[in-house]
Amino acid sequence: MPGFDFSNHNRNAALHAQGVQLPKATSTGTTIVGAIFDGGVVIAADTRATSGPIVADKNCEKLHYIAPQIWCAGAGTAADTEFTTAIISSNLELHALSTGRKPRVVTCMTMLKQHLFRHQGHIGAYLVVAGVDPTGVGLFTVHAHGSTDKLPYVTMGSGSLAAMAVFETQWKQKMTREEAIKLTSDAIQAGIFNDLGSGSNVDVCVITAEKTTLMRNYITPNQRELKQRDYKFKRGTTAVLNEKIITREEISKYVTVHELSSDDDVVVVEKMDIDA
Amino acid sequence: MVMPTGTLSEDGIHIDMNHLKTGEVNLGTSIMAITFSQGVILGADSRTTTGAYIANRVTDKLTQVHDTIWCCRSGSAADTQAVADIVDYHLGMYGTANEEQPTTQTAAALFQELCYDNKDQLSAGMIIAGYDPRHGGSVYSIPLGGSLHKQSYAIGGSGSTYIYGYCDSYWKEGMSEAEGVDFVKGALREAIKWDGSSGGVIRLVVLTNEGAVRHLYLPDQGYKGPGTK
Repeated sequence: MPGFDFSNHNRNAALHAQGVQLPKATSTGTTIVGAIFDGGVVIAADTRATSGPIVADKNCEKLHYIAPQIWCAGAGTAADTEFTTAIISSNLELHALSTGRKPRVVTCMTMLKQHLFRHQGHIGAYLVVAGVDPTGVGLFTVHAHGSTDKLPYVTMGSGSLAAMAVFETQWKQKMTREEAIKLTSDAIQAGIFNDLGSGSNVDVCVITAEKTTLMRNYITPNQRELKQRDYKFKRGTTAVLNEKIITREEISKYVTVHELSSDDDVVVVEKMDIDA
Repeated sequence: MVMPTGTLSEDGIHIDMNHLKTGEVNLGTSIMAITFSQGVILGADSRTTTGAYIANRVTDKLTQVHDTIWCCRSGSAADTQAVADIVDYHLGMYGTANEEQPTTQTAAALFQELCYDNKDQLSAGMIIAGYDPRHGGSVYSIPLGGSLHKQSYAIGGSGSTYIYGYCDSYWKEGMSEAEGVDFVKGALREAIKWDGSSGGVIRLVVLTNEGAVRHLYLPDQGYKGPGTK
């Protein structure tokens, strides 16, 4: 019979109904933020990826390339943020090529929201879209169900409350580039230290009309310290109680001994036939 | 197999209690639109929530779908944005393909078709208000099931339940612009006061033959200003 076989779906549904847990996807229990400043936009993210209570990756990248002047910070299901940003990056480049114009942040945001809405929230991608285009600076959030917001400063992910607390107390209009970098990285650090789902390092990406600067591991507040002790023991730690040397002649009585001239002459035990 | 939630009542109508998927961005809202002597006024609060968290405290729930045809959105943010974007596209095409601009009724009919045909998958409560030279100002309401109602004024969203009495007793046909602004602002003030899912600033849009004018009223100025500024 031609077509797809869906019997595994029925099996999985039956197993699930009997109480078998479904496998968990790696989620980026995350802090991601973005803020507009005078002349550009900056986005930042922590670098912890989790799978349930386990830290799956201590230094993952949550800042995704869309176009040279448009970048995305992703929270939610790690695989979904990775692939949705990749597919929209690809489509946006084709769009830019066919129109002969630079890609715009609103275009990127619209493509993302239409893609996510079509999949009715099943693609678990929560994104902060930021960039500079010929119309100016853009900063948006896109939720998994396809809703979008346009704001001068945004936070998302499990650490968004901690990060928003920093923004709501320290944010001001018309910041300089340095002030914006300080504010966003402080917001991420609030997430790293106060949210269990976030941790490790701070990644920052600054986009201006002139250029884009990705600062991978801009702050590393969780460097592993050198262990005070190790398990390497000094020679002679264990006392030699006795010593016995077995000669070749002696062992030849029990097994066959082959002479090897050098390491290169490793004997091929059995020749393998490979299909022509 | 996805098990349906909720209860099946005697008449066979199934009520889905978990219709809004968990984590979906919701517009627990107070929205309204009124007709007045010169046109229409749309009004809305600015609160967007995900569960107990305010995802956006300065949301713009008044969305333009043509020059002087706008809508108020309530329900799921994703659903209402998608519907408004589709209507915006169709009215844009209508305006360029025909000699004349679309009427508010045309816009409302488009909204209704989308809301009714996809009623099982949508949670969108919308109010459409617009000014066109043929009919002047008009207000249409499209509640959850996708029915279409032409009204002299309409209120919607979770906060609207608190202001049925206010609106009924203060409503006057054919108010001036200043009276209309005061009516909408006064009603939304009450809705925001009593409804926990509504809050933030009050946004208004006034639609007349002069075009569209935006108003903004901030809570820290007692919803008195800055107005049109």
